[in-house]
Amino acid sequence: MKSPVTFRLNGSETAVFVDSGANLLDVLRRGCGDLSPKYGCGQGSCGACTVLIGGEPHVSCLVLAETVAGRSVETTGGLSNGPDLHPLQRAFIEGFAAQCGYCTPGMLMSAKALLDRNPSPTRSEVEEAISGNLCRCTGYEPIIDAILEAAKQRGAA
Amino acid sequence: MNAEYRKDLFADERSDDFDIIGKPVIRQDILGHVTGRSKFYDDHAFDGLLHMRCVRSPHHHARIRSVDSSAAERQGGVVRVLGGRDVPVNTNTLLSLINFGRDDEPLLATDKVGYVGQPILAVVATSVRAAQEAVDAVKVDYEELPHVLDVEEALKPEAPIVNEEYPNNSFDYFDTYDHQKLRFGDVETAFSKADHIVEGEYQMSPIEQAPIETCGAIAAPETNDRITVHTSTQALFFSVGVTAKQLDVSSARLHFIGGTVGGGFGGKVDSHHEPLAALACLATGKPVKYMWDRAEEMQVGGPRGGERWRIKDGVMRDGRIIARAFTGFFDAGAYTRLSSYAVQKSTGHLPGPYSIPNVASNVYCVFTNRTPSTAMRGFGITAVDFAIERHMDKVARAVGMDPIELRILNAYRDGDMKAHRREAKNCALIESCQAVAQKTGWRLSADAARASSKSGGGVGALGVIPETVTDDEGRIGERRRSGLAPEPFSGQGTRGLLPEGHSSNNSSAFGNAPQREDMEAEIERLGFIGAAGVPPTPQGPMDETASSARPIAPSETAHTTHPAGARGGPSLPAAYTQRPASTINQPFAQPPAQAPGTPAAQQPAAAEAESESATTHFQRGVRRPGVSRFISGSRRR
Amino acid sequence: MLEVQTYPTVGEAASAMDDQARFLGGGTLIMNRVNYGDRRFNRIVRTTDASLSEIRVEGDRLEVGAGVTMAAILASRDLDFLSPAARAVGGPAIRNMASVGGNLMAPHPYGDLAVALLALDAVVRMVSGEELSLEDFLARRNGVVRSLLIRRPRGDEFRFRKVSRVKPKGVSVMSMAARLTRSAGRLSGVRVAYGAMASTPVRVRAVESALEGVSLDHAGITAALSAATEGLDPPDDPIASGWYRREVAPVHLRRLLLGEDAR
Ligand SMILES: Cc1cc2nc3c(=O)[nH]c(=O)nc-3n(C[C@H](O)[C@H](O)[C@H](O)COP(=O)(O)OP(=O)(O)OC[C@H]3O[C@@H](n4cnc5c(N)ncnc54)[C@H](O)[C@@H]3O)c2cc1C
Ligand code: FES
Ligand code: FES
Repeated sequence: MKSPVTFRLNGSETAVFVDSGANLLDVLRRGCGDLSPKYGCGQGSCGACTVLIGGEPHVSCLVLAETVAGRSVETTGGLSNGPDLHPLQRAFIEGFAAQCGYCTPGMLMSAKALLDRNPSPTRSEVEEAISGNLCRCTGYEPIIDAILEAAKQRGAA
Repeated sequence: MNAEYRKDLFADERSDDFDIIGKPVIRQDILGHVTGRSKFYDDHAFDGLLHMRCVRSPHHHARIRSVDSSAAERQGGVVRVLGGRDVPVNTNTLLSLINFGRDDEPLLATDKVGYVGQPILAVVATSVRAAQEAVDAVKVDYEELPHVLDVEEALKPEAPIVNEEYPNNSFDYFDTYDHQKLRFGDVETAFSKADHIVEGEYQMSPIEQAPIETCGAIAAPETNDRITVHTSTQALFFSVGVTAKQLDVSSARLHFIGGTVGGGFGGKVDSHHEPLAALACLATGKPVKYMWDRAEEMQVGGPRGGERWRIKDGVMRDGRIIARAFTGFFDAGAYTRLSSYAVQKSTGHLPGPYSIPNVASNVYCVFTNRTPSTAMRGFGITAVDFAIERHMDKVARAVGMDPIELRILNAYRDGDMKAHRREAKNCALIESCQAVAQKTGWRLSADAARASSKSGGGVGALGVIPETVTDDEGRIGERRRSGLAPEPFSGQGTRGLLPEGHSSNNSSAFGNAPQREDMEAEIERLGFIGAAGVPPTPQGPMDETASSARPIAPSETAHTTHPAGARGGPSLPAAYTQRPASTINQPFAQPPAQAPGTPAAQQPAAAEAESESATTHFQRGVRRPGVSRFISGSRRR
Repeated sequence: MLEVQTYPTVGEAASAMDDQARFLGGGTLIMNRVNYGDRRFNRIVRTTDASLSEIRVEGDRLEVGAGVTMAAILASRDLDFLSPAARAVGGPAIRNMASVGGNLMAPHPYGDLAVALLALDAVVRMVSGEELSLEDFLARRNGVVRSLLIRRPRGDEFRFRKVSRVKPKGVSVMSMAARLTRSAGRLSGVRVAYGAMASTPVRVRAVESALEGVSLDHAGITAALSAATEGLDPPDDPIASGWYRREVAPVHLRRLLLGEDAR
């Protein structure tokens, strides 16, 4: 059984038909063609599927797709404006904050939610903000540094 | 993090004109990563994609009496249910592509299961949910069998047989031994002369690689009778070869796309997803995705195998280690995969970066009813290194010596002879220890602070291949027949002697000479002219010319060598220096029985192959007969 | 196959429930089961009723809707005493989703907030109108919860502590909460609850009675520490063995009661 759901995806009005019981991750990836959120566990543990709903991070694999009706969803796919990268993206590039890159879209979303709310976080606030995002490659330090660096850049700009 | 370059160390050995090292270089793939555009295998959309889920064993070890999938096949959304009988070549071993080991693992189990989670059927359906529901509807009737989960329990004669292909529960090495052997000098005599005997046992549990992207593959039909496979594999060509073999199709029909891997760490080399996805694609004519969920990744994904090591050292009062014996058990789980090779790699690592004149090891690749293990970073090395370094600390305590000084005292120096009969070169352990001590404010004695990897190496007994005591304990099947569990290394069995300077074992001590034609470099083709006086015959594992000729080769004078001949070691019998013409000319009909790259005493091929010796320069890029049957096209010549 | 039913009011949703249906809170547990093909239920019932997410305050009496999330608790000044427990649940994304109602139903080793609520003597108000103690609710765990009624603790009498191996986000080795009410300088009518020490969050009556009439100091709590795991059979799981939980419980109980910092 399919039902229609309308929401804002990265600022654009979007309508999709969703299978009953489908999670938001599948709907974004298969229904909307936004492949930036990743599947790592389907149980909320890894954070690779993190997206922002109403500006707050959610693990999209655990969001029943129809619950986002009328809401605003942001993904890493919409983070840059064409070639203009978000300060977080630039800081991740320059700070070697991605190796395999699989956790990166989720990390960026958690980091964005933090900086939007708290433009100059402390190191431990950054750690807390990405505590639901696992990275198996980097050992986290470059990611934390990059988020702090992005905050600094944004403050300076 | 700031790196510091110690320009004072080894300054004369390098030019120090780095223009990459020490400067940040932006990863070429990172723009895709931060914009979410990097295409991982699952980032490809297909119309009408089908999904695959497997029926898996709930038992460690059981005979499959019957399987009834009729109800599942009738369920909504189910397109196909595949079993072992649908797989053209169901049994495989990963290293069969290099002719190492026997085919021992079914893609889908038919008669019995050897570990929890082993796949039996693959259900293909229009949605994940439909496939999950169909899996639940399959009835499998099992007869549970006794199982064994501990490596040493598995080696007991009465242990249940885990893997019928290896009924002794251990991998067969060179058709002769049930373990991988290394013999160098005479540990028993040295133990009797030592002031201290220090023994220890060390164990490492299996470790899951846990990549954030789970393993998977999507196989989709192409218009030109080919199949496109997007895969998370770390070993694309392994996967092509395995898929071609198991599906019995030409690899020309397989278009594999991969390389963007969401973390692998060794766990994505097993090539199980591609053959199953491709099989389902062939069977249905539709794109099929076989993706592990996180629970499968953790339960059935091959982990780093568990290992248990026993080390016995003979140590002199002054801290010199004069003998070291290892007994190692590597837990392969229910099937071989890459564990046979890991055991060789770990043996090649013994006795650690230390110059010890008497070394012996018996390392077993053991089958248990655990998840088959596979590669992980530092494959074959991590656990034994952990064991060795823990043991070094124990030795330091036993002789009352500073642990760093003990390492400096025993460290390889340039020119020392390693237990696998190669000369140590470019050693830097001493300098590393000194740097660590300096950084941490650790006080070293004047002697230790002054020591250098470049001086004092190769002196006396440490520079030569010693007279070596051999034995033939642990012949295949002996344990089961004798009813005795394997002892830790005992040096028992029919003993033999290898003369000093001898870089390998003689065939009388070790049965068949593990000569492999496919290890022969084609010298004419490579355009390589051998050093004068050296027969233009390439080196095989049992071939002695490499080491015996090496010291004589004039081109060798660049580095310090220790001509065994000059020390008066007996010259080698002609049989070892020249290969009978018949061997050379033999057609490559018979696939050789062993893998290339074997580190231990009776198989010094790998060691020799990488040696700087002129005669062995070109052992890579060789013909691998029997290997390319499933890989189409002619290999580059 | 799975069906999703959405109702405008929680009352209608509650009457659509049967044992093949699950009421959707934040979905952090339910959707996990859906993704893994759990066939013990074939229907998800949800409501768009906003009243389920309300926090109402009347003096020191509070009514917290079952749909209130951990993040909403953290954002509410009226519920500041619950912040340590709410912050202990999952990471930020989970806290944006995880609801109070779902936490009461969460299987071992989850239910950190429920432990706090248990020590606070919360009353569960069902959609049917029925009211029962949280302890009684945990014993049967059925029906749809509308809200929880809580009396605000005074001063520093409420304590919460979660022990986990991974920080800042980690699953409980155990969680502990206490409301240390006093009369005439001595403890009296104390409530203590544990999480991850039994199949559901539990009150620890042996500890509660050992604390009756004692002073809150090392000497006073000795008997309570020796009774720390009396009558409990803590479960083994991948986080910790039951044996380990039993061994370390007195240490954590002491830290909880005396307000000591964990190292
Ligand atoms: C990665 C991860 C980490 C977690 N960490 C923690 C942790 O540290 N501590 C912890 O306590 N929990 C943790 N959880 C578990 C879970 O997120 C929380 O317990 C959460 O509060 C459950 O609430 P929910 O609204 O998401 O429940 P749901 O998934 O929506 O529902 C769970 C159960 O509760 C029932 N239910 C929901 N609402 C009601 C209601 N109003 N009335 C009756 N029944 C209802 C549902 O029918 C279902 O049976 C974690 C979960 C994940 C995925
Ligand atoms: S896939 Fe959603 S948290 Fe891992
Ligand atoms: S970069 Fe690979 S998981 Fe984080």
